[in-house]
Amino acid sequence: MADMMQFDLVSPEKRLASFQAVLVQIPGADGDLTAMPGHSPVITTLRPGVVRVKSAEGEKDYVVTSGFAEVTASSVSVIAERAHAGDEVRKEDLEDVLAAARAKASEAEGEHKDGAEKLVADLVELMDRMD
Amino acid sequence: MPNLKDLKNRIASVKSTRKITKAMQMVAAAKLRRAQEAAEAGRPYAERMTAVIGGLSASVGGSDTAPRLLAGTGSDQTHLLVVMTAERGLCGGFNSSIVRLVRNRIEKLKAEGKTVKLLTVGKKGREQLRRDHADLLVGHVDLTEVKRVGYVNAAGIASDILSRFDAGEFDVASIYFSTFQSVISQIPTETQIIPAKFDAPEGDEASTLYDYEPSEDAVLEDLLPRGVATQIFSALLENAASEQGARMSAMDNATRNAGDMIDRLTIEYNRSRQAVITNELIEIISGAEAL
Repeated sequence: MADMMQFDLVSPEKRLASFQAVLVQIPGADGDLTAMPGHSPVITTLRPGVVRVKSAEGEKDYVVTSGFAEVTASSVSVIAERAHAGDEVRKEDLEDVLAAARAKASEAEGEHKDGAEKLVADLVELMDRMD
Repeated sequence: MPNLKDLKNRIASVKSTRKITKAMQMVAAAKLRRAQEAAEAGRPYAERMTAVIGGLSASVGGSDTAPRLLAGTGSDQTHLLVVMTAERGLCGGFNSSIVRLVRNRIEKLKAEGKTVKLLTVGKKGREQLRRDHADLLVGHVDLTEVKRVGYVNAAGIASDILSRFDAGEFDVASIYFSTFQSVISQIPTETQIIPAKFDAPEGDEASTLYDYEPSEDAVLEDLLPRGVATQIFSALLENAASEQGARMSAMDNATRNAGDMIDRLTIEYNRSRQAVITNELIEIISGAEAL
Protein backbone atom coordinates (compact mmCIF):
# COMPACT_ATOMS: atom_id res chain seq x y z
CA MET A 1 0.00 0.00 0.00
CA ALA A 2 1.38 3.33 -0.99
CA ASP A 3 0.02 5.32 1.91
CA MET A 4 1.55 3.11 4.59
CA MET A 5 5.07 2.98 5.93
CA GLN A 6 7.02 0.80 8.28
CA PHE A 7 7.29 2.14 11.83
CA ASP A 8 9.89 0.78 14.24
CA LEU A 9 10.57 1.83 17.79
CA VAL A 10 13.62 0.27 19.37
CA SER A 11 15.23 0.80 22.74
CA PRO A 12 18.55 -0.77 23.78
CA GLU A 13 16.81 -3.57 25.60
CA LYS A 14 14.08 -4.49 23.18
CA ARG A 15 12.06 -3.69 20.11
CA LEU A 16 8.96 -1.96 21.39
CA ALA A 17 6.96 -1.63 18.25
CA SER A 18 7.11 -2.61 14.63
CA PHE A 19 4.09 -2.18 12.42
CA GLN A 20 2.64 -0.32 9.44
CA ALA A 21 1.72 3.27 10.13
CA VAL A 22 0.10 6.11 8.28
CA LEU A 23 1.56 9.02 10.17
CA VAL A 24 4.20 9.52 12.84
CA GLN A 25 4.72 12.61 14.97
CA ILE A 26 8.24 12.93 16.26
CA PRO A 27 9.51 15.32 18.94
CA GLY A 28 12.66 16.44 17.14
CA ALA A 29 15.36 18.44 18.88
CA ASP A 30 14.64 21.39 16.61
CA GLY A 31 10.89 21.09 16.85
CA ASP A 32 8.20 18.53 16.21
CA LEU A 33 7.92 17.00 12.83
CA THR A 34 5.32 14.79 11.28
CA ALA A 35 6.39 12.09 8.90
CA MET A 36 4.10 10.58 6.32
CA PRO A 37 4.88 8.15 3.54
CA GLY A 38 7.09 9.78 0.96
CA HIS A 39 8.79 12.09 3.43
CA SER A 40 12.28 13.13 2.39
CA PRO A 41 15.02 11.28 4.26
CA VAL A 42 15.85 12.95 7.58
CA ILE A 43 17.82 12.00 10.63
CA THR A 44 17.01 14.06 13.69
CA THR A 45 17.90 13.87 17.34
CA LEU A 46 15.04 13.68 19.80
CA ARG A 47 14.05 15.73 22.76
CA PRO A 48 11.98 14.12 25.52
CA GLY A 49 8.41 13.93 24.40
CA VAL A 50 5.68 11.84 22.91
CA VAL A 51 5.89 9.95 19.65
CA ARG A 52 2.38 9.64 18.26
CA VAL A 53 1.75 6.99 15.65
CA LYS A 54 -1.38 6.71 13.59
CA SER A 55 -1.98 3.33 12.03
CA ALA A 56 -4.90 1.40 10.61
CA GLU A 57 -5.81 0.26 14.14
CA GLY A 58 -5.84 3.75 15.60
CA GLU A 59 -3.46 6.04 17.43
CA LYS A 60 -0.69 4.99 19.74
CA ASP A 61 1.52 7.08 21.98
CA TYR A 62 5.03 6.34 23.12
CA VAL A 63 7.03 8.37 25.58
CA VAL A 64 10.68 8.69 24.62
CA THR A 65 13.50 10.52 26.33
CA SER A 66 16.48 10.80 24.05
CA GLY A 67 17.87 9.20 20.95
CA PHE A 68 17.27 9.82 17.29
CA ALA A 69 14.81 9.15 14.52
CA GLU A 70 15.52 8.04 11.00
CA VAL A 71 12.90 8.95 8.44
CA THR A 72 12.88 7.65 4.89
CA ALA A 73 10.20 7.63 2.24
CA SER A 74 8.99 4.19 3.28
CA SER A 75 9.92 3.87 6.92
CA VAL A 76 10.32 5.66 10.24
CA SER A 77 12.67 4.25 12.87
CA VAL A 78 12.79 5.79 16.28
CA ILE A 79 15.89 4.73 18.15
CA ALA A 80 15.32 5.83 21.72
CA GLU A 81 17.58 5.41 24.68
CA ARG A 82 14.52 5.01 26.80
CA ALA A 83 11.00 4.42 25.60
CA HIS A 84 7.72 3.42 27.13
CA ALA A 85 4.32 2.72 25.67
CA GLY A 86 2.18 5.75 26.46
CA ASP A 87 -0.39 4.01 28.60
CA GLU A 88 2.20 2.18 30.70
CA VAL A 89 4.58 4.95 31.54
CA ARG A 90 4.55 6.34 35.05
CA LYS A 91 6.10 9.45 36.41
CA GLU A 92 8.58 7.50 38.52
CA ASP A 93 10.10 6.03 35.37
CA LEU A 94 11.23 9.45 34.29
CA GLU A 95 12.24 10.89 37.62
CA ASP A 96 15.79 9.57 37.51
CA VAL A 97 16.22 10.89 33.97
CA LEU A 98 15.11 14.29 35.19
CA ALA A 99 17.48 14.15 38.15
CA ALA A 100 20.38 13.30 35.83
CA ALA A 101 19.39 16.11 33.45
CA ARG A 102 19.19 18.60 36.34
CA ALA A 103 22.61 17.61 37.58
CA LYS A 104 24.04 18.01 34.11
CA ALA A 105 22.39 21.39 33.62
CA SER A 106 23.83 22.75 36.84
CA GLU A 107 27.33 21.64 35.82
CA ALA A 108 27.19 22.68 32.19
CA GLU A 109 28.79 25.89 31.05
CA GLY A 110 28.55 28.22 28.09
CA GLU A 111 26.80 26.98 25.03
CA HIS A 112 26.05 23.58 26.54
CA LYS A 113 24.08 25.19 29.34
CA ASP A 114 21.19 26.18 27.11
CA GLY A 115 20.82 22.70 25.72
CA ALA A 116 20.96 21.07 29.12
CA GLU A 117 18.42 23.47 30.57
CA LYS A 118 16.13 22.96 27.65
CA LEU A 119 16.27 19.22 28.29
CA VAL A 120 15.19 19.79 31.89
CA ALA A 121 12.37 22.06 30.78
CA ASP A 122 11.19 19.51 28.23
CA LEU A 123 11.17 16.76 30.81
CA VAL A 124 9.29 18.83 33.35
CA GLU A 125 6.69 19.74 30.76
CA LEU A 126 6.35 16.12 29.73
CA MET A 127 5.84 14.99 33.30
CA ASP A 128 3.35 17.73 34.02
CA ARG A 129 1.26 16.63 31.11
CA MET A 130 1.05 13.13 32.53
CA ASP A 131 -0.91 14.23 35.58
CA MET B 1 43.60 -50.50 52.65
CA PRO B 2 41.37 -47.51 53.42
CA ASN B 3 38.73 -48.41 55.92
CA LEU B 4 35.14 -48.85 54.91
CA LYS B 5 33.76 -45.94 56.90
CA ASP B 6 36.12 -43.48 55.20
CA LEU B 7 35.21 -44.76 51.77
CA LYS B 8 31.54 -44.50 52.52
CA ASN B 9 31.93 -40.89 53.66
CA ARG B 10 33.95 -40.09 50.57
CA ILE B 11 31.28 -41.48 48.29
CA ALA B 12 28.59 -39.52 50.09
CA SER B 13 30.58 -36.31 49.74
CA VAL B 14 31.24 -36.75 46.04
CA LYS B 15 27.55 -37.51 45.54
CA SER B 16 26.53 -34.25 47.13
CA THR B 17 29.11 -32.40 45.06
CA ARG B 18 27.59 -33.95 41.97
CA LYS B 19 24.16 -32.78 43.05
CA ILE B 20 25.45 -29.24 43.40
CA THR B 21 27.24 -29.15 40.06
CA LYS B 22 24.20 -30.67 38.37
CA ALA B 23 21.98 -27.98 39.86
CA MET B 24 24.43 -25.25 38.84
CA GLN B 25 24.48 -26.59 35.32
CA MET B 26 20.72 -26.44 35.07
CA VAL B 27 20.60 -22.94 36.53
CA ALA B 28 23.26 -21.83 34.04
CA ALA B 29 21.27 -23.35 31.18
CA ALA B 30 18.17 -21.40 32.19
CA LYS B 31 20.16 -18.19 32.62
CA LEU B 32 21.91 -18.74 29.31
CA ARG B 33 18.61 -18.85 27.51
CA ARG B 34 17.57 -15.59 29.10
CA ALA B 35 20.93 -14.00 28.35
CA GLN B 36 20.68 -15.05 24.73
CA GLU B 37 17.21 -13.59 24.47
CA ALA B 38 18.46 -10.33 25.93
CA ALA B 39 21.35 -10.26 23.47
CA GLU B 40 18.94 -10.94 20.64
CA ALA B 41 16.59 -8.17 21.78
CA GLY B 42 19.40 -5.66 21.99
CA ARG B 43 20.62 -6.28 18.48
CA PRO B 44 18.26 -4.05 16.42
CA TYR B 45 19.17 -0.98 18.48
CA ALA B 46 22.88 -1.63 18.22
CA GLU B 47 22.64 -2.25 14.49
CA ARG B 48 20.73 0.95 13.76
CA MET B 49 23.01 2.95 15.98
CA THR B 50 26.12 1.62 14.28
CA ALA B 51 24.68 2.11 10.82
CA VAL B 52 23.74 5.74 11.40
CA ILE B 53 26.97 6.65 13.17
CA GLY B 54 28.89 4.80 10.50
CA GLY B 55 27.19 6.77 7.75
CA LEU B 56 27.74 10.04 9.56
CA SER B 57 31.34 9.46 10.46
CA ALA B 58 32.09 8.53 6.87
CA SER B 59 30.90 11.96 5.76
CA VAL B 60 32.09 14.09 8.68
CA GLY B 61 34.96 11.97 9.95
CA GLY B 62 37.61 13.26 7.58
CA SER B 63 37.09 16.94 8.31
CA ASP B 64 38.98 18.99 10.87
CA THR B 65 35.86 19.65 12.86
CA ALA B 66 35.30 15.96 13.58
CA PRO B 67 34.50 15.39 17.25
CA ARG B 68 37.35 14.23 19.44
CA LEU B 69 35.56 10.98 20.19
CA LEU B 70 35.88 10.10 16.53
CA ALA B 71 39.16 11.69 15.59
CA GLY B 72 40.99 10.89 18.80
CA THR B 73 43.35 13.14 20.68
CA GLY B 74 45.99 12.94 18.01
CA SER B 75 48.21 10.74 20.12
CA ASP B 76 48.10 7.14 21.25
CA GLN B 77 50.35 7.33 24.25
CA THR B 78 47.96 6.32 27.01
CA HIS B 79 45.73 3.30 26.63
CA LEU B 80 42.75 2.50 28.79
CA LEU B 81 41.82 -1.15 28.80
CA VAL B 82 38.32 -1.88 30.00
CA VAL B 83 38.27 -5.48 31.15
CA MET B 84 34.87 -7.10 31.43
CA THR B 85 34.72 -10.33 33.35
CA ALA B 86 32.26 -12.20 35.51
CA GLU B 87 31.40 -11.49 39.12
CA ARG B 88 31.56 -15.16 39.99
CA GLY B 89 33.91 -18.02 39.38
CA LEU B 90 33.18 -21.67 38.60
CA CYS B 91 32.79 -20.97 34.93
CA GLY B 92 35.74 -22.81 33.46
CA GLY B 93 38.34 -20.75 31.67
CA PHE B 94 35.99 -17.85 30.98
CA ASN B 95 37.63 -15.25 33.21
CA SER B 96 41.17 -16.51 32.70
CA SER B 97 41.01 -16.40 28.93
CA ILE B 98 39.89 -12.76 28.94
CA VAL B 99 42.59 -11.89 31.46
CA ARG B 100 45.18 -13.71 29.38
CA LEU B 101 44.28 -11.64 26.34
CA VAL B 102 44.55 -8.47 28.41
CA ARG B 103 47.91 -9.54 29.89
CA ASN B 104 49.35 -10.11 26.43
CA ARG B 105 48.07 -6.73 25.34
CA ILE B 106 49.59 -5.02 28.38
CA GLU B 107 52.97 -6.63 27.70
CA LYS B 108 52.81 -5.54 24.09
CA LEU B 109 51.84 -1.97 24.89
CA LYS B 110 54.48 -1.71 27.57
CA ALA B 111 57.11 -3.00 25.17
CA GLU B 112 56.11 -0.17 22.83
CA GLY B 113 56.61 2.30 25.63
CA LYS B 114 52.96 3.21 26.06
CA THR B 115 51.20 3.96 29.30
CA VAL B 116 48.52 1.48 30.26
CA LYS B 117 45.56 2.01 32.56
CA LEU B 118 43.05 -0.62 33.55
CA LEU B 119 39.39 -0.27 34.33
CA THR B 120 37.80 -3.49 35.48
CA VAL B 121 34.17 -4.46 35.25
CA GLY B 122 33.51 -7.59 37.26
CA LYS B 123 35.26 -8.84 40.35
CA LYS B 124 37.05 -11.84 38.92
CA GLY B 125 39.11 -9.98 36.37
CA ARG B 126 40.14 -7.46 38.99
CA GLU B 127 41.31 -10.18 41.35
CA GLN B 128 43.46 -11.78 38.69
CA LEU B 129 44.92 -8.57 37.32
CA ARG B 130 45.64 -7.16 40.76
CA ARG B 131 48.36 -9.75 41.25
CA ASP B 132 50.70 -8.43 38.55
CA HIS B 133 49.31 -5.07 37.57
CA ALA B 134 47.93 -3.52 40.74
CA ASP B 135 49.63 -0.22 39.86
CA LEU B 136 47.73 0.08 36.57
CA LEU B 137 44.22 -0.23 37.98
CA VAL B 138 42.45 3.11 37.88
CA GLY B 139 38.91 2.07 38.57
CA HIS B 140 36.46 -0.71 39.09
CA VAL B 141 32.79 -1.11 38.30
CA ASP B 142 30.97 -3.45 40.60
CA LEU B 143 28.02 -5.32 39.15
CA THR B 144 27.69 -7.84 41.98
CA GLU B 145 24.31 -6.47 42.98
CA VAL B 146 23.01 -6.43 39.42
CA LYS B 147 20.86 -9.42 38.60
CA ARG B 148 20.33 -8.61 34.94
CA VAL B 149 22.52 -6.16 33.14
CA GLY B 150 20.47 -3.30 31.80
CA TYR B 151 21.30 -0.39 29.57
CA VAL B 152 21.55 1.73 32.72
CA ASN B 153 24.65 -0.19 33.78
CA ALA B 154 26.25 0.26 30.39
CA ALA B 155 25.39 3.96 30.38
CA GLY B 156 27.01 4.28 33.80
CA ILE B 157 30.22 2.66 32.63
CA ALA B 158 30.19 4.74 29.47
CA SER B 159 29.80 8.02 31.31
CA ASP B 160 32.66 7.03 33.62
CA ILE B 161 34.88 6.34 30.63
CA LEU B 162 33.79 9.49 28.81
CA SER B 163 34.46 11.73 31.78
CA ARG B 164 37.92 10.21 32.06
CA PHE B 165 38.40 10.91 28.38
CA ASP B 166 37.28 14.52 28.77
CA ALA B 167 39.70 14.88 31.66
CA GLY B 168 42.46 13.73 29.32
CA GLU B 169 43.27 10.59 31.28
CA PHE B 170 43.79 8.48 28.19
CA ASP B 171 43.98 8.63 24.39
CA VAL B 172 42.73 5.23 23.30
CA ALA B 173 40.17 3.00 24.99
CA SER B 174 39.42 -0.61 24.22
CA ILE B 175 37.01 -3.07 25.76
CA TYR B 176 37.78 -6.72 26.43
CA PHE B 177 35.01 -9.25 26.64
CA SER B 178 34.01 -12.68 25.41
CA THR B 179 31.98 -13.18 22.28
CA PHE B 180 29.45 -15.95 22.58
CA GLN B 181 29.90 -18.54 19.87
CA SER B 182 28.35 -21.59 21.41
CA VAL B 183 28.10 -23.29 24.78
CA ILE B 184 31.54 -24.80 24.32
CA SER B 185 33.23 -21.89 22.62
CA GLN B 186 33.55 -18.31 23.78
CA ILE B 187 36.08 -16.09 22.10
CA PRO B 188 37.89 -13.38 24.05
CA THR B 189 37.57 -10.24 21.98
CA GLU B 190 39.11 -6.79 21.87
CA THR B 191 37.22 -3.79 20.51
CA GLN B 192 38.44 -0.24 20.33
CA ILE B 193 35.75 2.21 21.44
CA ILE B 194 37.65 5.52 21.58
CA PRO B 195 38.49 6.87 19.04
CA ALA B 196 35.31 5.33 17.74
CA LYS B 197 35.57 3.01 14.80
CA PHE B 198 32.37 2.41 12.96
CA ASP B 199 32.14 0.69 9.65
CA ALA B 200 30.28 2.71 7.09
CA PRO B 201 27.11 0.98 5.98
CA GLU B 202 27.31 -0.77 2.65
CA GLY B 203 24.99 -0.88 -0.29
CA ASP B 204 21.76 1.07 -0.65
CA GLU B 205 21.75 2.73 2.74
CA ALA B 206 24.91 4.64 2.04
CA SER B 207 23.42 6.07 -1.11
CA THR B 208 20.39 7.52 0.67
CA LEU B 209 21.15 11.13 1.37
CA TYR B 210 19.73 12.25 4.64
CA ASP B 211 18.94 15.70 5.87
CA TYR B 212 20.25 16.12 9.34
CA GLU B 213 18.50 18.08 12.05
CA PRO B 214 19.92 20.15 13.72
CA SER B 215 23.10 19.51 11.67
CA GLU B 216 25.44 16.66 10.80
CA ASP B 217 27.96 17.73 13.40
CA ALA B 218 25.36 18.18 16.12
CA VAL B 219 23.74 14.83 15.46
CA LEU B 220 27.10 13.11 15.47
CA GLU B 221 28.11 14.91 18.65
CA ASP B 222 24.91 13.70 20.27
CA LEU B 223 25.17 10.15 19.04
CA LEU B 224 28.82 9.30 19.63
CA PRO B 225 28.56 9.03 23.43
CA ARG B 226 25.46 6.90 22.95
CA GLY B 227 27.39 4.79 20.47
CA VAL B 228 30.01 4.14 23.13
CA ALA B 229 27.33 3.16 25.62
CA THR B 230 25.72 0.91 23.04
CA GLN B 231 28.97 -0.89 22.31
CA ILE B 232 29.53 -1.43 26.00
CA PHE B 233 25.99 -2.66 26.43
CA SER B 234 26.35 -5.17 23.59
CA ALA B 235 29.63 -6.34 25.10
CA LEU B 236 28.01 -6.78 28.50
CA LEU B 237 25.21 -8.83 26.98
CA GLU B 238 27.63 -10.99 25.00
CA ASN B 239 29.67 -11.46 28.13
CA ALA B 240 26.65 -12.49 30.17
CA ALA B 241 25.73 -15.13 27.61
CA SER B 242 29.34 -16.33 27.37
CA GLU B 243 29.66 -16.58 31.12
CA GLN B 244 26.58 -18.75 31.45
CA GLY B 245 27.65 -20.87 28.49
CA ALA B 246 31.09 -21.40 29.97
CA ARG B 247 29.63 -22.21 33.36
CA MET B 248 27.20 -24.65 31.83
CA SER B 249 29.88 -26.67 30.08
CA ALA B 250 32.22 -26.47 33.07
CA MET B 251 29.52 -27.78 35.38
CA ASP B 252 28.58 -30.45 32.87
CA ASN B 253 32.17 -31.68 32.95
CA ALA B 254 32.26 -31.51 36.73
CA THR B 255 29.08 -33.54 36.99
CA ARG B 256 30.47 -36.18 34.68
CA ASN B 257 33.77 -36.34 36.56
CA ALA B 258 31.93 -36.70 39.85
CA GLY B 259 29.96 -39.59 38.35
CA ASP B 260 33.17 -41.33 37.24
CA MET B 261 34.68 -40.84 40.65
CA ILE B 262 31.64 -42.29 42.38
CA ASP B 263 31.89 -45.37 40.16
CA ARG B 264 35.53 -45.85 41.01
CA LEU B 265 34.99 -45.34 44.71
CA THR B 266 32.06 -47.73 44.74
CA ILE B 267 34.16 -50.47 43.18
CA GLU B 268 36.89 -49.85 45.72
CA TYR B 269 34.34 -49.91 48.52
CA ASN B 270 32.89 -53.22 47.37
CA ARG B 271 36.33 -54.75 47.01
CA SER B 272 37.31 -53.68 50.50
CA ARG B 273 34.06 -55.02 51.90
CA GLN B 274 34.66 -58.33 50.17
CA ALA B 275 38.20 -58.47 51.54
CA VAL B 276 36.96 -57.85 55.07
CA ILE B 277 34.41 -60.65 54.76
CA THR B 278 37.01 -63.04 53.35
CA ASN B 279 39.35 -62.18 56.19
CA GLU B 280 36.71 -62.87 58.82
CA LEU B 281 35.82 -66.17 57.19
CA ILE B 282 39.45 -67.26 57.23
CA GLU B 283 39.68 -66.36 60.88
CA ILE B 284 36.52 -68.30 61.77
CA ILE B 285 37.55 -71.37 59.77
CA SER B 286 41.10 -71.48 61.09
CA GLY B 287 39.74 -70.97 64.60
CA ALA B 288 37.38 -73.92 64.13
CA GLU B 289 40.19 -76.11 62.75
CA ALA B 290 42.41 -75.37 65.71
CA LEU B 291 39.87 -76.83 68.10
